[in-house]
Amino acid sequence: MSIDIKDTAMPAVLVSAPARSKARASWLWLVNPRLAAGLAILVVMGLGSFVLPLFAPADPSVQATYMRNLPMSPVHWLGTNALGQDIFWFLVFAVRNSLMLGVLVAAGVTVIATIVGLSAGYIGGRFERIVMLFVDTFITIPLLPILIILGALIRGNTSFLTVGIIIMIFGWAWDARTVRSMALSLREREFINMARFSGANTIQILVREVFPYVMAYTLVGFINTILFAINLEATLAVIGLSKIEVPTLGSIIFWALNYNALFTGQYVWIVAPIVATVVLFLGLFLTSTGFNAAFASKRGVS
Amino acid sequence: MGVMRYVAKRLGLYLAVLFIGLTITFLLPRLMPINPVDGYIGQIQSRANGSISAEAIAELRVNLEQLYGLEGDLFTQYLAYLKRVVLNFDFGPSFTYYPQPVSAMILNALPWTLGLLLMSTFIAWVMGNMVGLVAGYFHRKKAASVLEFVGILLYPIPYYILAVTVLLLLAYVFPIFPLSATFPVGQMTPEKFGMIIYNSLLPGITLVLAGFGWNILSMKALAVATTEEPYVTYARLKGASNWMRMTRYVFRNALLPQVTALALSLGMVFNGALLTEMIFSYPGIGLVMRTAATGGDYNVLYGAITLSIIAVATAGLVIDLIYPLLDPRIRHR
Repeated sequence: MSIDIKDTAMPAVLVSAPARSKARASWLWLVNPRLAAGLAILVVMGLGSFVLPLFAPADPSVQATYMRNLPMSPVHWLGTNALGQDIFWFLVFAVRNSLMLGVLVAAGVTVIATIVGLSAGYIGGRFERIVMLFVDTFITIPLLPILIILGALIRGNTSFLTVGIIIMIFGWAWDARTVRSMALSLREREFINMARFSGANTIQILVREVFPYVMAYTLVGFINTILFAINLEATLAVIGLSKIEVPTLGSIIFWALNYNALFTGQYVWIVAPIVATVVLFLGLFLTSTGFNAAFASKRGVS
Repeated sequence: MGVMRYVAKRLGLYLAVLFIGLTITFLLPRLMPINPVDGYIGQIQSRANGSISAEAIAELRVNLEQLYGLEGDLFTQYLAYLKRVVLNFDFGPSFTYYPQPVSAMILNALPWTLGLLLMSTFIAWVMGNMVGLVAGYFHRKKAASVLEFVGILLYPIPYYILAVTVLLLLAYVFPIFPLSATFPVGQMTPEKFGMIIYNSLLPGITLVLAGFGWNILSMKALAVATTEEPYVTYARLKGASNWMRMTRYVFRNALLPQVTALALSLGMVFNGALLTEMIFSYPGIGLVMRTAATGGDYNVLYGAITLSIIAVATAGLVIDLIYPLLDPRIRHR
């Protein structure tokens, strides 16, 4: 979910809004090969998966739309599966749904983690100790068994959105911990005291002074959480405990495994989602570490 | 003195984690809008074509509620639950394999999971740290970035993708291993033991690969930071060899945060192990959970999750308690 690099290297301040004419030059520091590669992958996959569905010939989640087990052809680029679904279109919808879920969960998690982490780190005292106890508990408790119980109880009688909300509820702890450790180090800084002596109250300090500092990390954490959420939903789907009728990167593998695609030699059915997942995750990961490196090098310069 | 306080603090956290974890396990299913008893009765009713009388259903409901521990109000249930779990490690009988007790089923599966998990985590940790150390210590050399690239490629790939890929490559494209593994039961003989090892290799390889990438990346980051420390420069000026500096100066210091990171990531490693077991039909806790989840065997599920929380929390505690032995600085505080 998160990597130590970002715990040890606290990202620096985002450049404060630069003059319009200089905007181009001042953003150049952000670009490094890793970030560029990651963003390129994300843009291609993101645009592709959101634009292409508009041209889809049929809803790919409907079964028996086409003949079963057709090989690759100009009509069906990746062939069809044992359920009579077009593999290519199923995959496109899967990437779109997974990305949507990831972004949604990441947004929720980032909001919760930032609020919890900032308030704990900044207010301190007994409040912080109790909050951190909960955070540490949530980090320590193995997540998958809990989700398996929930999945078994719900058993598909739920919307795709509910799955996202459940992941959100259990995913905020790591990020909250990092935000808090940042807030801790910020608490002692001069400019915070300065603001306090100038008569700013706690809320104002949090919003105006601390939050801009945490912004840079939030971006990296956001991308990491997208990765985490997609991964978790897919994991649940692979073992059949998510909403498996909805095409996602996990449900496509669930169906392929369920219909023994390996035994029957339908390797496209299982290789295609693997390649798509690996590329997407690599893109997300390169983007997040690329941003991190960019912020770190920025800090080194200034 | 410092150590005592550290231990006391850590023990307190351990108990708190156990308490909160057990409470969540207790509350979650009861807060859900779905009642498993209703579901089960409905299932039996439909199997009997609705021929069961109302009294029989009422009796059935009382029996089921007793088995699930659903008698009385929430607080009474909670106390009874804690008493059963903490004092007797009793989760009632399994529904699918009635009347086999859940605790026996779980204890049977536990050695499998522990064996697989400990072995693969250990190998991944040692190998990942070695590679990460080399990649970090020589981070200015081109060849080192190849090592890091391995980590970047492996780290973001989820467990289930790794598992399916390993299966695809090593059982399908290159049929070295069987597509579906068999695990012999009963009396252990050398022959059976060899078979178990052979069939455990695929899930083992998956878990090692998964842990490997993470360890490379985090060790590399730590090693790069440590290499810049003044005491490493001093060692170089003193004339310590490259090897000496890498192992004695950089490695020992970078290792400490890695131990803490291991303790923190145990929950995730455990998740991965459960998932890998499910995909490879490896007879551990993960497979027990999967069978129970698909069969609606809730007592088994609660038992398995409680055990998971206890196991992960205890392992974290053990690692954190060993930590002062590794870090001499804590003693002097």
